[in-house]
Amino acid sequence: MSGHTTELVVFVLLFLLVTVMGFVAARWRRPTDLASLNEWGLGGRSFGSWITWFLVGGDLYTAYTFVAVPALVFSSGALGFYALPYTVVVYPLVFLVLARMWSVSHVHGFVTPADFVRARFGSPTLALVIAITGLVATMPYIALQLIGIESVLKAMGITGHLPIVIAFAILAAYTYQSGLRAPALIAFVKDALIYIVILAAVIYIPAKLGGWDSIFDAAKAKFDATPAPGDGIILNANNQLQYVTLAFGSALALFLYPHSLTGVLASKNRNVIKRNMSALPAYSFVLGLIALLGFMAIAAGVKPVMSNGKADNNTIVPLLFDKVFPDWFTGVAYAAIGIGALVPAAIMSIAAANLFTRNIYREYFNKNASDREEANVSKIVSLVVKVGAVLCILLLDPQFSIDLQLIGGVIILQTLPAVALGLYTRWFHKGGLIAGWAAGLVAGMWMLYLIPNPASGKLHFGGSAFALSNLGFDTKMTIYPGFVAVAVNLAVAALLTLLFRATKVADGEDATARGEYFADEGDPKVKDLDLTGSH
Amino acid sequence: MTTGEPGQPRTDRSPWNWLLILPIVLPLLTFLFNADEPRLLGFPLFYWLQLAFIVVGVGSTTIVYRMTK
Repeated sequence: MSGHTTELVVFVLLFLLVTVMGFVAARWRRPTDLASLNEWGLGGRSFGSWITWFLVGGDLYTAYTFVAVPALVFSSGALGFYALPYTVVVYPLVFLVLARMWSVSHVHGFVTPADFVRARFGSPTLALVIAITGLVATMPYIALQLIGIESVLKAMGITGHLPIVIAFAILAAYTYQSGLRAPALIAFVKDALIYIVILAAVIYIPAKLGGWDSIFDAAKAKFDATPAPGDGIILNANNQLQYVTLAFGSALALFLYPHSLTGVLASKNRNVIKRNMSALPAYSFVLGLIALLGFMAIAAGVKPVMSNGKADNNTIVPLLFDKVFPDWFTGVAYAAIGIGALVPAAIMSIAAANLFTRNIYREYFNKNASDREEANVSKIVSLVVKVGAVLCILLLDPQFSIDLQLIGGVIILQTLPAVALGLYTRWFHKGGLIAGWAAGLVAGMWMLYLIPNPASGKLHFGGSAFALSNLGFDTKMTIYPGFVAVAVNLAVAALLTLLFRATKVADGEDATARGEYFADEGDPKVKDLDLTGSH
Repeated sequence: MTTGEPGQPRTDRSPWNWLLILPIVLPLLTFLFNADEPRLLGFPLFYWLQLAFIVVGVGSTTIVYRMTK
């Protein structure tokens, strides 16, 4: 531990800096009253292009990404690089969708995707289903941020859970006080640190290791020597479909996560969103370079920390930094990862809290909750969510959180027909959507259950590569289960919609109007119209 | 409710939107980039071409944003 004193001091100092910022954030762009979800949970719906860029970027590119993507590249090579096309595809894909979501939410005051579904399909049940799906998918994601911090602490030789509990207690306190303003302000520091570290890493490390050529050659030599058939620095005939469906499926899922929408709804107008869809890929570039840290770790001869007899690949990036950088800069890099965990964890817990408040508390416990009451419930739930995430890490095998996150991606995809397609068409019947969701979930779970992981000796939930031979095809090709599951979901939703229409089963009412999907800043909101229209 | 304003009803339709398909499809065509050679600055084709697709993505979304503002 004594060998890491400098790193630890730098890490703690930067951590203290963002803690102060987190509390001060309550005064930043201060409204007259913070006691509503619009203010606490969405920062007053007033963020411009720059803040939104930092906020959404800080939210989507998490500490776990920085640790897990290079770890995957380290262990399987080219396949792990799917994170890059994934984040190239996503922005043009959601460019128009998110602008519509923003508009209709602006008019109606929606805070969560389930709010929208409730109004669009007139079904509290469907909204509840969407809300619970969001909660279940988000919880393990928060727990994973803790794994990001833990990997850094492990590399500094610190074991035990106390530091993580303290870090999360501080995070919980300033999120409670400042709401979305805290992660929005801290995101500036997080991104500045990440950019500095990655820039230094991609210039300094290759120079030290004999250039990019020798890095890729070292990686190739490693993969050629292993018996595993799926690895290598390029793809093979059997995992190309996997690569494409994983990238595309993940892209479809990304903005269905409640926490991604939180950042989008906090922006002040449509143009902020559209401009961000062109500017956010700057992060993708950094992500691509971060992924390559996995190859650098191979070339530098990094050996992952062993825990419980198994190699913990999540430690390779921290160890690589420790090996090549001077101590003080390693401290900065570790702080970048640590703070990188705080921003998304805060936003995720706010999004989860908003889901609970709007779609469970308000719907089933107190229909007439005031703005102040909603904000209070959300603040308390955001604490509960964080305690839950810490308990996940303390009580369960961390591997379980990683599995849950994989499952989370598949299940959040099942909200696609209602949330994303719902912005375009009211054709689906509410009953068809619920049935499709259920069918997609069952199909997804079944496929994930059948995936073994020979490397870790697990028989089930061993990864995201589903062998098509399970479906009777005579091939070694694999596919991303989320992609298949959402296809099943759509097929069932469409068939049952036709059936329900033919048999005249009652459908819900649509509370939205076409023009509302294109409304912009300054356009009248439903609340204002109600006030003028009620006399 | 009638928030409609005089003149044309609002919409987000535009022929420019088709341009968004390019950066969605391009990164999913593995046959374009699944090779080691030619290398650029030491990067195998697989890596540098996919990084280059980011530029296509930024370009396309920027054009669509400007043209439909």
